[in-house]
Amino acid sequence: MATNVETFIEEPLVTGRKRLKDVNDDVCRPLESFPTRLWWIVFSATLVVFLFGAFCFTYQLFAGIGTWGLDSPVGWGMDITTFVFWIGIGHAGTLISAILFLFRQRWRTAINRSAEAMTIFAVMTAGLFPIIHLGRNWLAFWLFPYPNDRSLWVNFRSPLLWDVFAVSTYFIISLVFWYLGLVPDLASVRDRAKNKVRKFIYGVLSLGWRGSFRNWHHYEMAYLILAGLSTPLVLSVHTIVSFDFATSVLPGWHTTIFPPYFVAGAIFSGFAMVVTLLVITRKVFRMENYITIKHLENMNKIILVTGMMVGYAYATEFFISWYSGNKFEQYAFINRALGPYGWAYWTMVSCNVIIPQLFWFKKLRRSIPVMFVISLLVNLGMWFERFVIIVTSLHRDFLPFNWSYYRMTWVEVGILVGSFGFFLMWFLLFCRVLPTIAMAEIKPQLVRGRDADEEYVF
Amino acid sequence: MFSKRKKEEGVVALFERPTGLIRAAQAVRGRSWTEFDCFTPYPIHGLDHAMDLPRSKIPWVTFCFGLIGCFAGFGFQYWTSVIDWPIIIGGKPMNSWPAFIPITFECTILFGGLATVAALFFVCRIPNLKAKVLDPELTNHRFAIFVSKHQKGFEVTEVKKMFAELGAYDVKVVE
Repeated sequence: MATNVETFIEEPLVTGRKRLKDVNDDVCRPLESFPTRLWWIVFSATLVVFLFGAFCFTYQLFAGIGTWGLDSPVGWGMDITTFVFWIGIGHAGTLISAILFLFRQRWRTAINRSAEAMTIFAVMTAGLFPIIHLGRNWLAFWLFPYPNDRSLWVNFRSPLLWDVFAVSTYFIISLVFWYLGLVPDLASVRDRAKNKVRKFIYGVLSLGWRGSFRNWHHYEMAYLILAGLSTPLVLSVHTIVSFDFATSVLPGWHTTIFPPYFVAGAIFSGFAMVVTLLVITRKVFRMENYITIKHLENMNKIILVTGMMVGYAYATEFFISWYSGNKFEQYAFINRALGPYGWAYWTMVSCNVIIPQLFWFKKLRRSIPVMFVISLLVNLGMWFERFVIIVTSLHRDFLPFNWSYYRMTWVEVGILVGSFGFFLMWFLLFCRVLPTIAMAEIKPQLVRGRDADEEYVF
Repeated sequence: MFSKRKKEEGVVALFERPTGLIRAAQAVRGRSWTEFDCFTPYPIHGLDHAMDLPRSKIPWVTFCFGLIGCFAGFGFQYWTSVIDWPIIIGGKPMNSWPAFIPITFECTILFGGLATVAALFFVCRIPNLKAKVLDPELTNHRFAIFVSKHQKGFEVTEVKKMFAELGAYDVKVVE
């Protein structure tokens, strides 16, 4: 009598029968070969885009904020939208590094290095905007509490100041966490280096790491602690960003749903950006054996879940605005859907709520073209979500006499597009000089669950 | 703690697989030797047990400095907003402590995180650019144990034989 045994075989995290040595060879190959023509073309394109944005900003620096489309009552437009957008993108990296680590999700090891790098560059990009959006940008240092002879201090009670501390802390801790993870891998690159200058540079960067187990012992503890600290940090940062709006009195802004809504939205857009970047990176650098379809599928599942949380938040806001009986609140939401910015609203809803539902289907979750297109649309939708939140509440608030319509000028569009150039430029540079996969973290996944003396089964 | 100030003279044995390394560490501990270390490309599960390493004390540093960050963050806001330059903002009392919470929280995390990494560097004695790399494969796919010769009962040929028997593919003497 045959017994019906169902064996659950986990999909391997690394395919292609890789041995430990292959990890170093595959991951370090892009660092050790001269960039291809394709890389130069793409890098030049991003550089041009960034320089155009820089030119637009320089023009604005001399000619003033009047070159933008901002006017009463819309005092915040592209600037804050894009700031919140980039901070949100950064959150996926920290989630993958810290939160998935605490949840022992071992599949994170193939993607955490690139995702953390993405976070750093996204936060850098976001950090440009508090400076860009000032009327007197050269006074940006006034945001920091420095001792002065006018006895002035910053206003610690303002959410804008909380932002300064939150974003600065987030940048510093993310950078430190990322660098800590890099140290053993930099040592690997150093030990492979044939060129003396290369060996010296990576030697300095790797701080003399030799893989001493007494060091690894403390290292693992420090890594765990940083993961534990980064988790509440990432949740707090976007919460504090949402306070920029929630602590005001405007209908559509003054709501307690903002912190969880923003955090879920940040994870949503961040993961979409990770998928966009990794689909390209894995193909170009031939890392498909490490960043497998399973990894991408897992990320798409997270995109689906957080997208539904965002959709739920939209529905809740609508319901509560009706239930509140407050006519200003009710109008704010009717205006979003049916008013002059309805085009932005419906773009947002289609991209954030409707399109990600395709990820319910396994075949679509695992399809590269489908997930690439969806990830781009999600990011489009999330930029529009911030735009809708900010502009629709501002352009029609309590007094109809104040109502207006905000349109972006070419200067603003240039800066927006330039920010993408800035971000991509850094990411492309990262891919060329640093290992894009955490070698020291992925190696234990190759040997996990088997007797170490057995032949590799993957 | 293995003192790196002692010159690194001794024997290093290289293994192809971590199980051999764990057995070697157990053998060395079995002789009550403490001046030794293992070198691996990634942390091996169970090796800290084999080497009898106590739990790291770094979390205490995190806790202390987190607390310092908390009080420093809140204290600074309090001093500036209540004592040095009190201004009525939004009708709130001078000691508007709920408004001070976000920055206090961020300072706690900042101080805690930076202190953790500083403590790690201190305990590991890195940056240490003069550290001699024993074998370039140790950050790739090989595992090693190094035993200092400044230990009771250490005899080079006998130690080399012990490691060879435990499965080392190469045993070198380090000056």
